[in-house]
Amino acid sequence: MNSIIGYYTTCFGELWDKSLFDLVKESIQGVFKSACIEKRQIDAVFFGNMLAGILENNLHSSSKIAEILKVNIPVFRVESACASGSIAFHLANQYLNSKSGKTVLVIGAEKMTDYPVQEITNALLGALSGEEQAAGLTFPGAYAMMAKAYMKKYGYGEKSLAYVSFKNHFHGSLNKQAHFQKKVTIRNILESPYIADPLKIFDCSPISDGACSLILTSDKSLIKKAKHSVSVLSCETATDTISLKKRKKIYELESTKIAADKAFKKAKLKRKDINVAEVHDCFSIAEILAMEDLGFWKKGKGGKLITYGLTMLGSNSKPIVNTSGGLKSAGHPVGATGVKQIGEIFLQLTNQAQNRQVKNLKYGLAHNIGGSGGTAVVTILGKKS
Amino acid sequence: MSGIVSYGYYIPSFRITIKEIADMWNKKALSIQKSLNMHEKAVSGIDEDSLTMAYESACHALLDVKIKRSKIKALFFGTESPSYAVNPSSTILGDLLGLDNNYLAYDTQFACKAATGAIISSIGLLKSNMAEYVLVCASDKATAKPHDALEYTAASGSVTLLLGKTDIILEIVDFESFSTDTPDFWRREGIRYPSHGGRFTGKPSYFYHIEKSTQSLLKKQKLHPEDFKHAVFHMPNGKYPIQIAQSLGFKKSQIEKSLIVSYLGNSYTASSLMGLMSVLETACEGDLIFLASYGSGAGSDAFVLKVTKNLKKRRKDFKSKLKDKKYINYTTYLKYMNAV
Repeated sequence: MNSIIGYYTTCFGELWDKSLFDLVKESIQGVFKSACIEKRQIDAVFFGNMLAGILENNLHSSSKIAEILKVNIPVFRVESACASGSIAFHLANQYLNSKSGKTVLVIGAEKMTDYPVQEITNALLGALSGEEQAAGLTFPGAYAMMAKAYMKKYGYGEKSLAYVSFKNHFHGSLNKQAHFQKKVTIRNILESPYIADPLKIFDCSPISDGACSLILTSDKSLIKKAKHSVSVLSCETATDTISLKKRKKIYELESTKIAADKAFKKAKLKRKDINVAEVHDCFSIAEILAMEDLGFWKKGKGGKLITYGLTMLGSNSKPIVNTSGGLKSAGHPVGATGVKQIGEIFLQLTNQAQNRQVKNLKYGLAHNIGGSGGTAVVTILGKKS
Repeated sequence: MSGIVSYGYYIPSFRITIKEIADMWNKKALSIQKSLNMHEKAVSGIDEDSLTMAYESACHALLDVKIKRSKIKALFFGTESPSYAVNPSSTILGDLLGLDNNYLAYDTQFACKAATGAIISSIGLLKSNMAEYVLVCASDKATAKPHDALEYTAASGSVTLLLGKTDIILEIVDFESFSTDTPDFWRREGIRYPSHGGRFTGKPSYFYHIEKSTQSLLKKQKLHPEDFKHAVFHMPNGKYPIQIAQSLGFKKSQIEKSLIVSYLGNSYTASSLMGLMSVLETACEGDLIFLASYGSGAGSDAFVLKVTKNLKKRRKDFKSKLKDKKYINYTTYLKYMNAV
């Protein structure tokens, strides 16, 4: 079984004095130090990034990473919209399972804040279907439609959505690497301006810069020597139509349901076994849908259960969700997000999450979405026994 | 000793409230007013532009000085909203003012600090005896794309300063400039409205440059914030000048009189100088005034100014002029800004 033996993340935020590859370099140096390994021990690199090709005309980033590392090993650039980071992790895990190598470096990074909002919005649209783009749909618009459909079907108001951001900002206030480290009130959220009705600015994750790296290995001697390690019990991915209009229901994500079922089956675990989870909250509605589609909550109950604070630090329930602050408060440098989610679970399971540490943990789950649900990745990690 | 001999300003009489703009775009007016620390801004009429306003402020500046216009040997016109892309406003203004033709004229462009840069150039001409008097004009009819955040702040106004070496009201004790290549705000040729980098216009731009020019000048002059009676900082909104003043060690009482942005908006090249106009209404002989402009792109010019006994001879009302105002609605605003 493969294990994660090191993790490093840069701060997330508006990092105007750092380029994409400054961030990548910082995260590589950081993870080597964290895992106490050297580059000669790395057999391959998997790099998750969505936008460098569109924004920077910088597609051949695998070669740039080889330049930074001064190596000639295989480097794979992986793109799957906001799930680029966890798809990179998924492929890295498969690479080790196929015994193509023993130890790999997984990087997720994105540089977004150097560009005008219109340019970034347009670049992100690449993850929507061509027809939806032509019709003028944006990502906030797509998730607003999903939110409206969900709220209408199950009879919830905007206050339910607000509880997601309220919780995640509280968690983000405990994370020194988070883009936003400020608590907000339900009133702040409900009084914030609309982006796409019913989603307000506090329902939407920000545009961020950031990079994260993980060391994944099947090398038993490395795992044994590692100061910190967690086992990858499963990492499964599933897809769905890119177009919302082609889906049977737009208030549930089929890709999440399939990936979650596969991941739990492979890990031989039940939903109730998970102590901590990082789920994809690009918009507040996405976390509610994720909690239902992952099978933690019954369909249609999420709008109510979120208001009980069951998934907030301090609750006796499980899982505690998005201790990093989620995409909403920790930030959403799209290619880095999937790696950060897995990294946060690694920190939790190895008791390195400092003042946001959840106690008595055994299992954690990371859930990452590409587009509006066209790709889903569910990863389950277990504490070293 | 070089400095300001006389000053004049022009504030158009039309006003639009932040609430009127916010309501148009279905935004929460109160939260915008609070975040910008502004409640209204000055708007020039349909028949006004940077040149007509400059003429008004220049006439105001020359009103009470009895000098031969032929002694004005240079006229600099700082603006980022010139009447013509190619064709100097400075020569049109010079002609309208009746200067004789033996003067140096050019327009300067450096976002909101185009005119303070020209003041520094003027000091060179005066000190080298190449000119007896220089007229520096700052004038803008600042435009913003409808629905852009700039729409709440971009305003109109003009300030003209007559600089010379005798009979001065305000001595320019010293100055310092700080410049870098920082693309926080720009408008390309043929593009109607400016673009900006959002929050990038703050910390690495406005704050960094003003901090550097100010610290450098204070160090050079061996002065401290508490040595000044008044301080004036460029006012892109009502919040930034308060924040920069606090971070540099100036007290709120030192900048209070200059904070005209909350009711006049940001008249770009005229912004910090308009703050100075307000300060001069009450400043006394011997007062030290600190002024720091900011121009996107980016740079900041900082000045140490000292009030002389002559100010009382040519002091001008500021507050009373503000009473002459007329509120307009959003549609009229678009019409006056030639947006429709």
